[in-house]
Amino acid sequence: MFMSRIAERFQRLAADGRKGFIPFVTAGDPSLETSLEIVLKLADLGADVIELGVPFSDPMADGPTIQRSSQRALCNHVTLADVLKLARRFRAARTTPLVLFSYLNPLLSYGFEKLCRDAAATGIDGILITDAVDDEAEEFSRMLETEGLDLISLIAPTTSDERLERIAKSSRGFLYAVSRAGVTGAQQNVSSDASKLVERARKFTGLPIAVGFGISTAEQISGVWRFADAAVVGSAIVKVIEDSVDNDPVEVVNEFVSGLVPQFAKSGIEL
Amino acid sequence: MNKYEPTERGYWGEYGGRFVPETLVAPLDELTIAFVAARDDQSFWDEYNSLLKNYCGRPTPLTLAARLGESLGPARIYLKREDLNHTGAHKINNCIGQILLARRMGKKRVIAETGAGQHGVATATVCALFGIECVVYMGTEDMRRQELNVFRMRLLGADVRGVDSGSCTLKDAINEALRDWVTNVDTTYYLLGSALGPHPYPLMVREFQSIIGRETRSQILEAEDRLPDILMACVGGGSNAIGLFHEFLCDDIRMIGVEAGGRGSNLGDHAARFMTGGAVGVLQGTKSYLLQDGNGQVASTHSVSAGLDYASIGPEHAFLHDENRVEYVSVSDDEALGAFQLLARTEGIIPALESSHAIAHVVKVAPDLNKDSIVVINLSGRGDKDVHTVAEILENVHE
Repeated sequence: MFMSRIAERFQRLAADGRKGFIPFVTAGDPSLETSLEIVLKLADLGADVIELGVPFSDPMADGPTIQRSSQRALCNHVTLADVLKLARRFRAARTTPLVLFSYLNPLLSYGFEKLCRDAAATGIDGILITDAVDDEAEEFSRMLETEGLDLISLIAPTTSDERLERIAKSSRGFLYAVSRAGVTGAQQNVSSDASKLVERARKFTGLPIAVGFGISTAEQISGVWRFADAAVVGSAIVKVIEDSVDNDPVEVVNEFVSGLVPQFAKSGIEL
Repeated sequence: MNKYEPTERGYWGEYGGRFVPETLVAPLDELTIAFVAARDDQSFWDEYNSLLKNYCGRPTPLTLAARLGESLGPARIYLKREDLNHTGAHKINNCIGQILLARRMGKKRVIAETGAGQHGVATATVCALFGIECVVYMGTEDMRRQELNVFRMRLLGADVRGVDSGSCTLKDAINEALRDWVTNVDTTYYLLGSALGPHPYPLMVREFQSIIGRETRSQILEAEDRLPDILMACVGGGSNAIGLFHEFLCDDIRMIGVEAGGRGSNLGDHAARFMTGGAVGVLQGTKSYLLQDGNGQVASTHSVSAGLDYASIGPEHAFLHDENRVEYVSVSDDEALGAFQLLARTEGIIPALESSHAIAHVVKVAPDLNKDSIVVINLSGRGDKDVHTVAEILENVHE
C-alpha cells in the first residue's frame, strides 16, 4: 500500500520511540536563496517535517511576526510558483517531508488542480490550508488525494467532537492541533487546552498529532512531546530570521534550533 | 424560498461560504444558531422594530428630489433617506439587530471594523446604549480621512485602535478584528458591518438591512401608486444596496449597484470588483469577486470614499451579478465629488461620498429616461463626515 513520506516519517518516529520536530518558515523571507539554505539546514538538524509558508497579503490567522515575514517575501515578489521551485531544489537534495502552508486564495489563483499536480511533481508531500477546513476543503481533499498528497488539517480547542471526527476522517499525514484560541506567535506558556484537544482527537483518529501556535522554547517542546507526536515551531524561527539582519540567517537559525532541540540533532529524545 | 436565498451553508450559487481559521468555526456555528432562533422569534423583531422606531427615528422618509430631477431630466427621482437615521447612515439598522443578538448570546464585549467610520460610530452607539464594552478597528489611513468619526466613536466610549498593516484601510481593519475575535472567542461578539465575511454574516446583515426596501415599497406605493422602475445604490461591501434591493428581487425592476471607479481603470486605482483585476477569490471568510493580482495577492484599492474602498464585495452581489439580476457600474472620484455638490445645491442635502456615487450614476443615466420613469436612490448616509475631505480636494483644484 502507498505510504506518504509524512506517514512513513511518523511511523519511523513511533518505532524509535521518538517525537517529532516541525519547523515553519515563510518561503522567500529574507530571500528565496536564503530560504532554501535555511530549509536545507533544518533538514540537516533533523527536522521531521518542514512547513513552507506561502506568503499572502492578508494573513488573518497570523500574528505580527509572520505578517511581517509574509510582507517581506511579497516585497521580494515571491509567488507560489517560486515556492514550488524552491521545493524542487530542496527535494533534489533531501528526503525530509515538505508541507505547503497557505491561505486559500493564492492556491485558487494558481489553479488548485494544477497546483496538486505541480506540487506532487516537485516533491511536496502535503498541503495545509489555513482558511478552508472540513466541508470547505472537501473538494480540495479529493484533488490532493488523486496526486498522492496529504491534506493536513487544523483542529482547534473550539472544534466540536462531531467535527473532530469528520476532520480526522478526511485528513492524512498528521493533524495539526492549534494550541489555543488565537493567532500565530510566541507565548509564555503552552495552554492546557492543547493537551485536552489532543486527548479528544485521539478518540477519533490514529493519525499522528502535532501541536503548534506559540511554541518557542525547548521546555515548551518537551512539554508538548509529553502528550503529542510532534511540536511545530513557527514564529520563533521566523523572528530569529527577522532579527538576523547583520548576521548570516542560516547560522542564526542553526544556533537557535540546535538550542531548541539539543538532543534531537543527535538521537532524538527518549521519553 | 426563492433562488435569492442562500443554502444552509451560506452559498448563493458558488459564492459565500465560510473560509476561516478552524478556531472561528465554532463561534460562527453558535452565531448562526442564535441568529436563526432570533429570526423565528417575534419578540426579537418587536424589540428590533421598537428600537428602530423610537431610538433611530425610522421609518426614514422617501423624499421626492424635485429640483435634482428638474436639473437632470424628465424622470421622477426619489431619495430613500437613510442619512436621517440616528448616527447618520444605514449602518445603525444592522447594529441594532446584531447588538440584540449579542445580548441574547450573553456576550460582554463587542468588536467591529470600520472604513468610513459610520459602522464604527453605529457600533459604538449601540454599545453605549446597552452598556457593552466596544473596540473598533480602523485603518490609520481611514482615521486620517475620517477624523470626525474617530472623535465621535471615542466620545461614545469606544476604544478605537488604529491598524497600520497593509493598505491601512477597511480590509486591514477586518483582518485585525478577525485576529482579535480568534483570540477572544469566548467573550467577544464580532459585529461585522457589511454583507461580507463568513456565513452567517452576509445573510444576517442583509436581513437587518432589508427594512430599507420594505419601507421603500410601501412609501413608493403610497406616493406613486406603483413600484419604481430603477433602484440605485452604491456598493462597497454592499449592505445598503442589498438592503434596498432584496425586497424587490422578484419584481420587474431594474437595479443598479454603483462601485467606486476611483481615479482610473488600472488595478490599484479603483475599488470596482467587476472591473479590471476582479476575479473570483476568497478573502476574509467569503468567496466572491476580488481585486487581486495574477498571483492571488489582494490588490490595493483606491476610492475618495473610505466606505467603498474595499477589495471584495458581498457574495450575494457576486451572485446577482452573474445572474444578471443587478447591473454593476462604476463612477469616478470626480463624478462622485460633482454629485456631492449637486445634491447639496439642488436639494439642500449633503450626501456621504459613498452615496454620492449612486447619485453620480443617476446624473449619467437620467437624460435617457422618460418622464414617467421613477428612480429610487438609496441615500445611504449623510456627508458631514466628508466635508473636510471635500474641502481639501476642492481647495487643491482651485489653487
